[in-house]
Amino acid sequence: MRSLLPQASANAAEVDYLILALLLASCLVLALVFGLMLVYVSRYRADARVERGKLAQKTWRLEIGWTAATFVVFFGLFLWGADLYVRLFQPPRDALQIYVVGKQWMWKVEHQSGQREINALHVPTGRAIQLVLTSEDVIHDFSVPAFRIKHDVLPDRYETLWFQVEKAGVYHLFCTQFCGEGHASMIGEIVAMSPPEYEDWLGQSASGAGAHESMAAAGEVLFTRYGCGGCHGEGGVGGKQSGGGVDAPPLAGLYGEKVTLDTGAVVTADESYIRDCIISPEKQRVAGYPPIMPSFAGQLEEENLLRVIAYIKSLKPTERR
Amino acid sequence: MTVTETRSQTSYLSDGYTLRSWLLTTDHKRIALLYFAAITFFFFVGGIGATLVRYNLLSPKGLLGSAETYNRLFSMHGVVMVWFFLVPAVPTTLGNFLVPLMLGARDLAFPRLNLLSWYLFILAGLVALYALIVGGVDTGWTFYTPLTSFYSKGHVVATVVAVFIAGFSSIATGLNFIVSIHKLRAPGMTWHRMPVFLWSLYATSVIMVLATPVLAMTLLLVAFERLFRIGVFDPAIGGDPLLFQHLFWFYSHPAVYIMILPGFGVISEIVPAFSRKELFGYKFVVWASVAIAVIGFLVWGHHMFVAGTSLYSALVFSILSYMVAVPSAIKVFNWLGTMHKGFIRFDAPMLYALGFIGLFTMGGLTGLFVAALAADVHLTQTYFVVAHFHYVMVGGMVSAYFAALHFWWPKITGRLYPEMWGRAAAIIIFVGFNVTFFPQFILGYLGMPRRYNAYPPEFEALNVLSSGGASILAIGYLLPLGYLAWSLFYGERASANPWGATGLEWTTPSPPPTENFETTPVVTLPPYSYPYTETSRDE
Repeated sequence: MRSLLPQASANAAEVDYLILALLLASCLVLALVFGLMLVYVSRYRADARVERGKLAQKTWRLEIGWTAATFVVFFGLFLWGADLYVRLFQPPRDALQIYVVGKQWMWKVEHQSGQREINALHVPTGRAIQLVLTSEDVIHDFSVPAFRIKHDVLPDRYETLWFQVEKAGVYHLFCTQFCGEGHASMIGEIVAMSPPEYEDWLGQSASGAGAHESMAAAGEVLFTRYGCGGCHGEGGVGGKQSGGGVDAPPLAGLYGEKVTLDTGAVVTADESYIRDCIISPEKQRVAGYPPIMPSFAGQLEEENLLRVIAYIKSLKPTERR
Repeated sequence: MTVTETRSQTSYLSDGYTLRSWLLTTDHKRIALLYFAAITFFFFVGGIGATLVRYNLLSPKGLLGSAETYNRLFSMHGVVMVWFFLVPAVPTTLGNFLVPLMLGARDLAFPRLNLLSWYLFILAGLVALYALIVGGVDTGWTFYTPLTSFYSKGHVVATVVAVFIAGFSSIATGLNFIVSIHKLRAPGMTWHRMPVFLWSLYATSVIMVLATPVLAMTLLLVAFERLFRIGVFDPAIGGDPLLFQHLFWFYSHPAVYIMILPGFGVISEIVPAFSRKELFGYKFVVWASVAIAVIGFLVWGHHMFVAGTSLYSALVFSILSYMVAVPSAIKVFNWLGTMHKGFIRFDAPMLYALGFIGLFTMGGLTGLFVAALAADVHLTQTYFVVAHFHYVMVGGMVSAYFAALHFWWPKITGRLYPEMWGRAAAIIIFVGFNVTFFPQFILGYLGMPRRYNAYPPEFEALNVLSSGGASILAIGYLLPLGYLAWSLFYGERASANPWGATGLEWTTPSPPPTENFETTPVVTLPPYSYPYTETSRDE
């Protein structure tokens, strides 16, 4: 049997300290409240002939006192919780990205090199991992108690979640957002292995029966099949009316860049942005191009969409004209 | 003028024995009893759901064997308990009975609207029972989309229609209380001479009137999306699933205060009465209720810290959630201040009230855990949250309801309940409650998710303990049903003021006459003017 709740991630200890502090503060308050109740009910019971003395006057001083004390303590707790939330939930830049699609009632995982797994996620220890999460149907939630993390997994949008595993081992993965009949069976395992073992695992599943191409390579096939290159050019170099095509923005090197929209707003081209451009192009149009991009809503299933995006992300800016 | 006119002194219970005299009554006291019957029924329906849920969780594989059955049971438990017990419990029963009596009035401002609200409630209850009998709903009480609006196989539309209708009953009651409190106060009863129970119901009513329509609209949109595929919440047809959560919690978080504020009011009546002392910091307690009602509207986003809202919204909702906890803390300190140097008696209402203070404090403190952002990420959607809100809702609110029921039982029925049984039940409920729900905090910290019909075997021991506690709790809740019913026939007759309490309701006979007061009372003293001595009890 695995230990009840290991501190398996870099964040886990910090979250536990916060919870411990909250627990200590709560115990102090409870000791005060229960203590006073017990003292009063025994000392001041109706038939106790104890000298009660004068009643407290100027109650507002006490009121202001305990109100202010409560405010100060609460504000401190807020700052602690918020500081940790902000720090621990900003992913490092070099995080290894893995793609996760939830559906009723399973987790489908695809690694960049194309390995796929269901209800399991193999990750290397000692390295920041960023999950790109989406759902095919209802809202799910990707929760790993041993890492003290969870995040809702929404349909039609990408959410991200990052963690870094410190201890090799096998940990529970739970869906914690009620998602229908099989909710309780939407569980899996996070298998954390040392980096060499992880490389071995990637190598093993790359050969043999489950052989496959990388996500980006699979995305390239889809890119061609759906005719994306017709406007955006082969290799996503962009199209120009003067060049015999239509004006279409280049895609190579797009990922992570700032994009100016026709509204004047500037956004960062992350996975969500690229997804929106493919599924709901009317939401965010790039400045300087005609609004001719069609919507691919309903034509690409979530996993293929992720592969197309992986391909677009793989295109190097050097191919840009 | 005829201020001193003598009114009929027939007890409201003896004023007609026909079914018609009950079902068409506009007497707030009789309507309160109609509500009592309905609320008690739903409490036990919801309780059966809870019992089966705890039974299923005795084994890691789930003793009921079917995930679908389990999902429908906990959904039914939630829907029934929230909208057919917790929200209406204190306002419609004790509130209906006591608001005019405490105000020194003949009835509520709109007696027929009051009766209508009961019929709406019954209609809503029948629709809910229909949905339940034909198979129930499998969405949880939170109806998250797009699960509810598209994927659910349960009877969603009937269920949301039931809640929709129940909402109108809430609004009617709230409106009635607001107008009554503004217009029907007895001569001399200034705002700051009103009992805290009235202030609490006033704050509750404001929330009911302002928040319930949002829930009604939201549920209507869910029904439309489900029936006609109008894209509001389902992204597959152009909707936004988070919009539902914002709208739902915009009602449902204030609704938590609809449930608990009347409880605060009850405790603020009982602690002074059994400490023979005025309420400590009356104005602070009163304005804390108002502050809770206002800030309570601004914290809904704390249900969504891991839902995919922005970092800034998480920060804002976290600090506002801490702010709303401050007035609750103020109240606890003031109740303790009231007991200080008092002449404390341990009758059943006081035992329930002490239980309330302890359990509510634990519920409130664990709320601080889930308001702290980084801690919430780990604890939310687990049994920690289940334990937290049961400490507030059941340990707090249901204890307050039982405290109130025992305190005003002699006034309502004209009979005394058997005191030893009352005390025994209070203690059994306190113990059973803690054994049931404390293990759930630990389960939640260890990571056990909510709404699982089957769970990994390492969680078994704590689940068995929790289910064992639930059986103690069930006995605790069945006991009052027995001895209170017994007291209706065999209980000692109650005097007008068996507790020696202040408040206008104790100046009229028990049970009160239909007209409430022989002459319109005039208020000359602040509330809780207890003579500071132990010998003021009317034995």
